[in-house]
Amino acid sequence: MIEKKSINKNALIELFKKLRSQQWRIIAPVKTGEQITFREITDGADILEDYIQTTQSPKGVVFPPVEELFRYNIKKEGVELSEKENTVVPTLVFGLRPCDAAGIAPLNAVFIWDYKDSQFEERLANTYYMPISCSKTDESCFCTSVGGNPGDTRGSDILLTKLSTGEYLAEIITEKGKKIADLGTGLFGPEPTEAKEKNLAVVDRRFDAKELEQKLKTLFNNKIWLQQSLRCIGCGACAFVCPTCVCFDIQDEGRGNKGKRLRCWDSCGFSLFTLHTSGHNPREVQSQRWRQRVMHKFSYQPDRLQVVGCVGCGRCSRACPVDMNLSEHLTRIMEVQP
Amino acid sequence: MKNPNIYKPYLMRIQKITDEAPGVKTFRLVFENEEEGNRFDFKAGQFGEYSVFNEGECTFCIASSPTRKGYIECTFREAGRVTGALANLEEGQTIGFRGPYGNIFPIEEWKGKSLLFIAGGIALPPMRCVIWNCLDLRDWFKDVTILYGARTVADLVYKQELDEWAKRPDVKLVTTVDPGGETPDWKGEIGFVPTVLERMEPKSENTVAIVCGPPIMIKFTFPVLTKLGFPPGDVFTTLENRMKCGIGKCGRCNVGKYFVCKDGPVFTFTQLKDLPPEY
Repeated sequence: MIEKKSINKNALIELFKKLRSQQWRIIAPVKTGEQITFREITDGADILEDYIQTTQSPKGVVFPPVEELFRYNIKKEGVELSEKENTVVPTLVFGLRPCDAAGIAPLNAVFIWDYKDSQFEERLANTYYMPISCSKTDESCFCTSVGGNPGDTRGSDILLTKLSTGEYLAEIITEKGKKIADLGTGLFGPEPTEAKEKNLAVVDRRFDAKELEQKLKTLFNNKIWLQQSLRCIGCGACAFVCPTCVCFDIQDEGRGNKGKRLRCWDSCGFSLFTLHTSGHNPREVQSQRWRQRVMHKFSYQPDRLQVVGCVGCGRCSRACPVDMNLSEHLTRIMEVQP
Repeated sequence: MKNPNIYKPYLMRIQKITDEAPGVKTFRLVFENEEEGNRFDFKAGQFGEYSVFNEGECTFCIASSPTRKGYIECTFREAGRVTGALANLEEGQTIGFRGPYGNIFPIEEWKGKSLLFIAGGIALPPMRCVIWNCLDLRDWFKDVTILYGARTVADLVYKQELDEWAKRPDVKLVTTVDPGGETPDWKGEIGFVPTVLERMEPKSENTVAIVCGPPIMIKFTFPVLTKLGFPPGDVFTTLENRMKCGIGKCGRCNVGKYFVCKDGPVFTFTQLKDLPPEY
């Protein structure tokens, strides 16, 4: 049962102070030059509100771009392995958009199906999400086409929606959300009278993800992949800003006899991604890699893990240096005659 | 309780190194931690991630049979960064191993049937595991035929075991080398594996075919097997897509909705027909 309360900006700042006094980290969008990125904040005063989407998603909080898996020490008598001491602290991710919170589910699906990734699990268990609903949108947004909406509660522990009065509607959704509300006793007010919906942006639905999943099953050999990817330079920017891309590489980084085994973000858009040592490459050309990106997110993953690998945040379209727009391309794909 | 770190390898000591062919070596590996070794179990067809610390991990099958306890073996060709570093190691040194991963050859389902093994080049190692596994259970099966080809006589791996199989009355071994790869005293066949297979005309009744080789060999072998009357469900192979995690997460070996590391590496020809050709 969702509990509805209200909170104003000053009370939020107080809440952050309280959490920080109990050794929590607060991660929030911060303006860094032209970009808006997620950083740890020490003061709530610079809470950003006037932006459509952050440049990077907060994916790195639970799945860091580069992460130590273990350390090794090569000695004469053998090799010693050691693991980092547990450093996970409770973390509140504040001010993300509802699409990013919805993006936790596809990440989680990959990391815990079958083998359980304990580092990811532990971080996620200690991460609390408090997004703010979207009151604005741009042409890259398409959350409503992939099962979301500007006030979507999926993945949120507490969802805030800014009201015309300046205060926030606070929907307390999960047990974790309740824990935050309990830590901030006295800071939350009664449920506001104003309706949530009239404060939400309108995002037009461009396609239906379920129909797309079915459609893609018929298009593997279609020429649309080549047409759409001719301009793709395989830079991987789309994957690096994506809140749901999971693909990673494992590399050793060492000096002398000591080093670390690292997990690093990777992209199926890179030609090296699938290259065999023999020189054989199952996905030799960029069109095959573009097809893989679309197929994996909208067909294979829904089929396999029952979750669409996209939340419609639009970052890939905004970040693409050659203007490949994902929702436009997906809309075209829906129109193709197989 | 916290789940264990799934990326942390076992430490294995190289007990024995065998030179198989130019650039090809077999390592016999034993667990440094005896307890881990006692707990360890695997089945024919499974693979692992082998690592040289400071260089990284690479993926090969376990080339020894699960019926031979106390060690595992891997055979690799020196080809890239990690295999290059592996090749420089000496007996007594330590490497990392994660596994066993992937699915298995359904040997129990083959009881009462004849077996036809077809391997090319460096792809004999994944097959060697299942060959020895089946030979150690020899009375389960009717005829056992092994067809093995390599580019040249020097490139044939496991020469000692080939001799052993050739001498066994309960195994029919046919070896072949590509035209031009023969030596003056070569007694085996000359020709590509699919051609030799066609000449051999093996019976397809109540027979399972297990094929392993480079993509090009597989491509030309399947039509021959079809012509010989093998139903696609009775033809098995093992795929070798590039992998990093080996456990269905890193995304690299993804083919259609399948992961070679989780749903494979063993596939039947029926399953392969449903996969996009991305392997």
